[in-house]
Amino acid sequence: MAEAAAPAPALQLEGVTCTFPSPDGRGRSYTAVQGASFTVADGEFVSIVGPTGSGKSTMLNVAAGLLKPSEGRALSFGQPVTGINPKAGYMFQAEALMPWKSALDNVAAGLEFRGVARAQARERARPWLSRVGLEGFGDRFPHQLSGGMRKRVALAQTLIVDPKIILMDEPFSALDVQTRQMMENELLDLWAADRKSVVFITHDLEEAIAMSDRVLVLSAGPGSRLIGEYRIDLDRPRDVADIRMTPQFLALHREIWGQLRDEVLKGYAQTKLR
Amino acid sequence: MRSHAKRLPSRPVILLLQLGVLIAFFLIWHVLTDTKILSPFFFGTPGAVLERTWKDFASGVIWYHLGITLLETALAFAIGTVAGIAFGFWFARAPLVSIVFDPYIKAVNALPRVVLAPIFALWLGLGIWSKVALGVTLVFFIVFFNVYQGVKEVSPVVLANARMLGANSRHLFRHVYLPSALSWVFSSLHTAVGFAMVGAVVGEYLGSAAGLGYRIHQAEGVFDTVGVFSGMLVLTIFVVLIDAAVTVIEKRLLHWRPQDQHSGQH
Repeated sequence: MAEAAAPAPALQLEGVTCTFPSPDGRGRSYTAVQGASFTVADGEFVSIVGPTGSGKSTMLNVAAGLLKPSEGRALSFGQPVTGINPKAGYMFQAEALMPWKSALDNVAAGLEFRGVARAQARERARPWLSRVGLEGFGDRFPHQLSGGMRKRVALAQTLIVDPKIILMDEPFSALDVQTRQMMENELLDLWAADRKSVVFITHDLEEAIAMSDRVLVLSAGPGSRLIGEYRIDLDRPRDVADIRMTPQFLALHREIWGQLRDEVLKGYAQTKLR
Repeated sequence: MRSHAKRLPSRPVILLLQLGVLIAFFLIWHVLTDTKILSPFFFGTPGAVLERTWKDFASGVIWYHLGITLLETALAFAIGTVAGIAFGFWFARAPLVSIVFDPYIKAVNALPRVVLAPIFALWLGLGIWSKVALGVTLVFFIVFFNVYQGVKEVSPVVLANARMLGANSRHLFRHVYLPSALSWVFSSLHTAVGFAMVGAVVGEYLGSAAGLGYRIHQAEGVFDTVGVFSGMLVLTIFVVLIDAAVTVIEKRLLHWRPQDQHSGQH
């Protein structure tokens, strides 16, 4: 790909700190993320791994513009993020589909919000349903679909509005292993087709390595910091199931896990204390 | 799915059993009054009640009164629902308003609405509008609380997702808040329609010149127990029919929802 002289990164976090008041309104406030700085280049697939409660989602919310950081700032393609980041698509961990809309209408929603007429939006949503393997399921409502199918709808819903950067918050964590690997491969295929930037949050190191160009490691909370950065120079295209058997993969896994393990133990001790 | 539940007989059998209960009820009533264990003067007789009801329908007098009650019910339901939706949204989206008015809303809702009937009769006369007003005060609160709940209960993730997809506040209202609130309203539809009817009939009963409540009141005034029971029978048939219609509407409008989810307030 030909690159401009100094292309603005798809995402840039500068010293982002997020502090929340404690839930009961008194006592200490809770710092989820402490001074996080990183960049995601245009077209890059970056994963962020960290133990439970390490503020992974918080950072993503800052990048999406859903959350205003207490300190620092986020930039997307050189523009400071104030309010909803219009260049970003977000795939949530929890169920985010509108339960009162059919699968097709859910996929078409983003276009409708952007002013496309309803009939035309539905027409354009149809091929997207096929692309995520749900042809013929357009009339189903979310509760009539399996967990994996709902994630596919959510993926099509996010991609149809052509975001320049996709933020994914453990999107497949609720799926069984087989469905999950299938979805991971499909995501990689869709990503390879037009190389958008992706920030992929997960607590599963194998998933992170198998999919990414780069893996960032976050320390245990509270006050999580970025403590490691690893370039994943495995060949593409990849098959997430096969690649796990290669020696390069195992070497990378051993290296990153060596650092992550301590943090996971710390995080585990924290949750036990709470 | 229902391996733990006892197997129920098929639908026709259940319908037959339900019909049996009805026939048994009338039969016991008949035997008790026929043998003078219960005085026919105080309890009427099923034969006379059915005959009176049939005659009322055949001669057509009842249709006029039924029409009046239906009109009052429909108006009370429509006005109460629209007002409930509007205020429910307003309160849910304006926390200060809802906190300031909270004790007053609760106070007014706790008031037995029957005591308002004479006031409404005084203000609005003995025509249909005093009955509509009474029905509105009942319907409004049911819808109001359900809309309030529906707007409050919108999943923050669904909301955030819609915003990320580019929804502005108008889109959020139309595509997120309204469907969520309406699902709560529809789940309370049975109660709301029932209360609209209660408002109409009680209003008529306390002072009017037409309607089913008026008919029952008239019959009571002359110790015409058969007339009272006949009026009750017509009322019951009417309510059952309306309830069935509501069920059909509900099924059509809420087909997106899994069965047996939340069933609304009240």
